Amino acid sequence: MPHSTDEPGARETGRAEVGQVDQVAEVAEVPEFAEVAVVGAGPAGLAAAVTAADHGLDVVLLDAADAPGGQYYRSPADGLGATRPGRLHHHWHTFTELSARLAAHRDSGAIRHLAGHQVWTVERTGDGDWILHAVTGGDQETRTAVRARRMVLATGAHERQLPFPGWTLPGVVSAAGAQAMLKSGLVLPGRRIVVAGSGPLLQAVAVSLTRAGARVPALVEAAGYGAYARAPRVLAGNPGKAVEGARFGAALARARVRVLTHRAVTEVHGDERVEAVTVSRVDHRWRPVAGTGRRIACDALAVGHGLVPQLELALAAGCVTRPGLDGTHAVVLDARLGTTVPGVWAAGESGGVGGVELALCEGELAALSIIREVRGGVRGQEARRAIALGRSRNRLRAFAALMGTVHRPGAGWSEWLTGDTEVCRCEEVTAGRIRTACEELGAGDTRTVKLLTRAGMGWCQGRTCGFAVRELATAHGTGQEPGGPDRRPLACPVKLSTLADLDGPG
Amino acid sequence: MDVVIVGAGVVGAACAHYTSRSGLSVAVVDRGPVAGGTTGSGEGNLLVSDKVPGPELELALLSATLWQQLSEELPPDIEYELKGGVVVAASQDSLAALSMTATGQRRAGVEAYHVTPDRLRDMEPHLAPHLAGGCHYPQDAQVQPAVAASELLRSAGRRGALLCPGEEVVGILTDSRGAVRGVRTTRGELRAPVVVNAAGTWGGDLAALAGVHLPVLPRRGFVLVTEPLPRLIRHKVYAAEYVADVSSGSAALQTSPVVEGTPSGPVLIGASRERVGFDRTLSVPVVARLAAQAAALFPVLGDVRVMRAYHGFRPYLPDHLPAIGPDPRVPGLFHACGHEGAGIGLAPATGQLIADAIRGKRPALDLAPFAPERFDAE
Amino acid sequence: MRRTRARTPAELVGSEPGPEFQLSFDGRPVPVLPGQTIAAALWSAGILSWRTTRVHGRPRGAFCGIGACYDCLATVNGRPNQRACLLPARPGDTITTQEGDGHAALDG
Repeated sequence: MPHSTDEPGARETGRAEVGQVDQVAEVAEVPEFAEVAVVGAGPAGLAAAVTAADHGLDVVLLDAADAPGGQYYRSPADGLGATRPGRLHHHWHTFTELSARLAAHRDSGAIRHLAGHQVWTVERTGDGDWILHAVTGGDQETRTAVRARRMVLATGAHERQLPFPGWTLPGVVSAAGAQAMLKSGLVLPGRRIVVAGSGPLLQAVAVSLTRAGARVPALVEAAGYGAYARAPRVLAGNPGKAVEGARFGAALARARVRVLTHRAVTEVHGDERVEAVTVSRVDHRWRPVAGTGRRIACDALAVGHGLVPQLELALAAGCVTRPGLDGTHAVVLDARLGTTVPGVWAAGESGGVGGVELALCEGELAALSIIREVRGGVRGQEARRAIALGRSRNRLRAFAALMGTVHRPGAGWSEWLTGDTEVCRCEEVTAGRIRTACEELGAGDTRTVKLLTRAGMGWCQGRTCGFAVRELATAHGTGQEPGGPDRRPLACPVKLSTLADLDGPG
Repeated sequence: MDVVIVGAGVVGAACAHYTSRSGLSVAVVDRGPVAGGTTGSGEGNLLVSDKVPGPELELALLSATLWQQLSEELPPDIEYELKGGVVVAASQDSLAALSMTATGQRRAGVEAYHVTPDRLRDMEPHLAPHLAGGCHYPQDAQVQPAVAASELLRSAGRRGALLCPGEEVVGILTDSRGAVRGVRTTRGELRAPVVVNAAGTWGGDLAALAGVHLPVLPRRGFVLVTEPLPRLIRHKVYAAEYVADVSSGSAALQTSPVVEGTPSGPVLIGASRERVGFDRTLSVPVVARLAAQAAALFPVLGDVRVMRAYHGFRPYLPDHLPAIGPDPRVPGLFHACGHEGAGIGLAPATGQLIADAIRGKRPALDLAPFAPERFDAE
Repeated sequence: MRRTRARTPAELVGSEPGPEFQLSFDGRPVPVLPGQTIAAALWSAGILSWRTTRVHGRPRGAFCGIGACYDCLATVNGRPNQRACLLPARPGDTITTQEGDGHAALDG
């Protein structure tokens, strides 16, 4: 339709060229190039990076944290002068060995370690390379980009949460968060800490907290450990896991931690901070059993219900995902850890939550697969190593699947919610509002609930409430497909001026 | 059942609201959820300012009145705000063009007031300095589109309308004369003598099921969402160039800054237009351009963080006008789709026109410019 | 092998920290060990909340501890919405309880 202000159209034509990535690469500074970019310096990413560098590949390792190790191998900051940092970790020597290899490769220039770099998106160039866009600096306002032929995504996981009355009270912290704050800052949220939720992480957290001087009156597990016994073949294949479980059990007993299974914290008490929790029995579907509530005095609660893979970059790259037995989505991988997108591999929790041993195994295997692709094959020793790693991986994946099944939240958990329990912490959206959206406004999936209530629209973009909202929505759903994983095209918030800075001269 | 409406976006919802209110029994069927397509990706603009005199502007003016009425009938959750639009011009040339547009719009019944640079800063204190001037459009408004669509459907539901989300229409049932008899879905059949195509961007596919041509194409747009902020931006503010972008037929990328606050806090930043099919990948160059333009218009936003970017696919018809009304090629088939980026704004008028057309009442506007068969001559 | 139970996290890992410094939280001094994040320093001082929410004005502090949940947002040296669980404390940092979106200064 002709219009008097149509004359800017001429300029628009020029702008259209910006639509191609290569143009941006030209107008901005040329990004640093690497044969392999590894995202994440946790166990999987570290193993991938050092293995690739060992075999002569040129690697860029990008990680949001200032120090390598990821969430698992978090260690006290240098200034804290920890003389025995390994006391907070299992297999600490594995990490010190990986760190030493990383340092050697960094010194030789084989690995460029971009610490403190948060990748916010990835995009494919016309010739099949990847550009990884990152922000860095104190306020994350400096932007960088790395161009790489291949990418290993080892982006880890964050903790899965289920809401319950009172969980927004100060003193309620995530179990993994309590662990992280302890490992890195040598601090505790209280002196008497109940640990609750579901999953093997809770045992490790309870043990760490007691070692660090806290009293843990109870470890409250909504599932039961007996369920593991129903898969004797998986257990037989993973004797190390049974030993680990027994060791945790003994440590908990020594620290006088009462382990309460088939129970859940159904309410937190306190005015401005935690004073006590109510622990109730739950049935096999995690429905709280009326009249079984028991009050436990405490000044903090560390709670978590397993982990959720962080898939933002995998989704940005176009990788196909699948729902797992634990109720979370994970990247679809082949036996060599290739994703469905050529040039992109994934290792560790990205392919489904499985723990540190699996992450180390997959990181190394992903690197060997890349070496195979680069060289058109691998030599005898490497081939044998890849086969051994593949076997370990299958064994560990079987255990991960078992673990995911045992601790997958039962559908009855939502019965412990009250109408005014906040589900979305950021936007303060209650269970009652979500129920109304489902029952009266026709929402039956996460996206619609989000659009109608703002649940998941806040700062964390649904990382915390996403699982719960999905469960609540599908419980009321109209039989529609539960849908894929939550999409977050920006993997982290980015300053507007930082984004604007990427815009080439017009 | 009298009417089956295909599409539970805002246009389908408005059709359901007005047809059920006229006493007809209605079913709304959608393969996805409520507001699952373009409606859920919209900013909720109810604009007269971006339309030049002609049939679309008439539709927008009728809709503006109807939205005001709806805001009194529907719950406050729809966040209807008669906030007004401010169009700004950076140069004297673009200001002159803007003034000419406004003159034409005024003749067509639009309220449009020239704004001097000083007054501009009073109206929007955070606007960049050195703008040449602007135009204030008090009739421009905003709603929360997904909530508005749901509430329209709920209101239809209270009058007995049946809502069937998650049910895809796979065929149009016709009788021996070729007249519509209902739809076949993934769950069965819904029989009715009238079927309304309110399938938005997918309206062309539905038309094809009925054996007719309707060239609806997706025109992708990105929106950036900032962290929650106080009410820094009071109106819907956009650059004069936006109007040219809206009415351009080019497949190439066009961007012009459109910035507005929301009652929940985040500022929404648009608008880009490009015809790239249903490509769902984030375009870094587009996002960067939107950010640069918004920061140029409101320098205060430079320090603010963008939390999210999302995209939607506007249902585009080659002449930028929707298809509204009966399809002479298939008796009983009505179309209410192809509203491009203006579907939220144009929904109530569309719904009312469709209800009147089904009832055989004389519609409030001439439907000829919206005739669904108008592309057959091509 | 039985280890004697530590009484504090610092004791557990044999911490020999550098010299302590201070930050200011809502006008009161809070001791910091070098390397601690702002959240860690506040927890050490028994402070669990440093933000009030936008809608209901409820107190919040660190929750996830890894920068994913954004519950620990604080106003640090006048800049709102900083993740206290990630940001290392520096000598002289001024932390104020953040109210709502933290941008009241822009509203004027």
